[in-house]
Amino acid sequence: MNDIAWIDAALTSARPRAVSALLRYFRNLDNAEEAFQNACLKALAAWPRNGPPRDPAAWLIMVGRNVGIDDARRTAKQQPLPDDDSLSDLGDAETTLADRLDESHYRDDILRLLFICCHPELPATQQIALALRVVSGLTVAQIARAFLVSESAMEQRITRAKARIAKADVPFETPGAPERSERLGAVAGMIYLVFNEGYSATGGELPLRAPLCEEAIRLGRLLLRLFQNEPEIMGLVALMLLQHARSAARFDTDGAIILLEDQDRTRWDRAMIAEGLALIDKAMRHRRPGPYLVQAAIAALHARAAQPEDTDWPQIDLLYGTLERLMPSPVVTLNRAVAVSKVNGPEAALAMIEPLAADLSGYFYFFGVKGAMLQQLGRNEEARVAFDRAIALANNAAEAAHIRSHLDRLQKKV
Amino acid sequence: MLYAVLCYNSEDSVFSWSKQEEEAVMGKLIAAQEKMAKAGRLGPVARLMPTTAATTLRKDREPAVVIDGPFAETKEQLLGFYVVDCENLEEALEFARDLGHANPGGSYEIRPLLQFRPGTLAR
Repeated sequence: MNDIAWIDAALTSARPRAVSALLRYFRNLDNAEEAFQNACLKALAAWPRNGPPRDPAAWLIMVGRNVGIDDARRTAKQQPLPDDDSLSDLGDAETTLADRLDESHYRDDILRLLFICCHPELPATQQIALALRVVSGLTVAQIARAFLVSESAMEQRITRAKARIAKADVPFETPGAPERSERLGAVAGMIYLVFNEGYSATGGELPLRAPLCEEAIRLGRLLLRLFQNEPEIMGLVALMLLQHARSAARFDTDGAIILLEDQDRTRWDRAMIAEGLALIDKAMRHRRPGPYLVQAAIAALHARAAQPEDTDWPQIDLLYGTLERLMPSPVVTLNRAVAVSKVNGPEAALAMIEPLAADLSGYFYFFGVKGAMLQQLGRNEEARVAFDRAIALANNAAEAAHIRSHLDRLQKKV
Repeated sequence: MLYAVLCYNSEDSVFSWSKQEEEAVMGKLIAAQEKMAKAGRLGPVARLMPTTAATTLRKDREPAVVIDGPFAETKEQLLGFYVVDCENLEEALEFARDLGHANPGGSYEIRPLLQFRPGTLAR
């Protein structure tokens, strides 16, 4: 990497800590972001000349704070600005001071910044867009591309989200243990939303949206660094790593869906899987399984199977049972039914999903699973009806095409 | 003399690399090791998972305590190491400089080995 690429990477990785500390100083998101921007400009001038600072985030916080204060002064009194060099040559003593000021707040600062983005009044899409803009520092153009909307539409979405937050009360006091854990849960949920925004992409959209998965993993790791002993955060990061590890194998060259059992497992990313498994290993020691950890454990059983036949379906069935207790939902039961069909056959699975019909009458995947079970039982006419319903409910062309391939197979059999 | 070259860098930064950046840096690092590897003077090379995957056993108390995370929270983290056979410190520094050109940022700690057993790992 050249100088600029290195500086760019350093600025990106310093961003969450720097912006969140500046937010604490200025108590206003716009001012904090502006101060950070100004500090970045100074960094681009100073770092190639003086070499990178030992702690880029501390440097940016100090400089950003000074510039912000100078801006305020200038507006107030029109005083001349100090020259750049007095800002960019921060003495070690000053950096140490900044460290000490910030180290104690560091975790709660970043958590606050992330938490602001999950304000309950913001719809999910705005939460994600805001987090990507404010915490990750993606440009509006980058975010717009990932969401497949125009730049001006995304600009509006983010402006609206910020306006709402400006009106809301931002919690600046240091949170107590219950508040902290509540925030952590909300933030984990938001990060998983970012991930799914990328993961649900299909075919041609994939190259545009996959960066969302990578960004979510980065945010997840950041959160885990701050809260090292939270098994649910380990579970969240593991879940994202194990799912993302399969991304190269999930679609064929035409963008059609390849089912888990048909995927070329040699194309799964071994490094991501290894890290995911290591995190699950660590999390299990806590003996407090939560929904993310259980889902990660299910993904891990798939990842461990070199061939689809090696999959430990009875264990997956058990884990889905645990998940049903932790997070009762017809969708979880539907997923469990797939495992049950492998262990006890399609009849048992069908009996399990029949009661879900009312809840899931608008859900593509329900009719896909139902059709597949009926097909396995040789009830082809009923299977066709279910598949037709699935196609009508498909969220995108790839899903519809996938079901159509089932119908084609039915056709050949008849 | 055997030296360990311990690689310290900001993991926030390293684990934010895009796939292309990652491949570019790794390619350059391999090239930088080639001379020593060909001379049969490059020992084990390891890259570590992020510190979030680490677990620490504090054995300064009884019973020992298991803690999630790395031994110490530091600005730069231990992310990997090389073992090389060098004539002297100057040569070890030269090797580290070559690596540094391939992968700027962070630091290398060059530490002579007191004892080395290559082990029997077969892969």
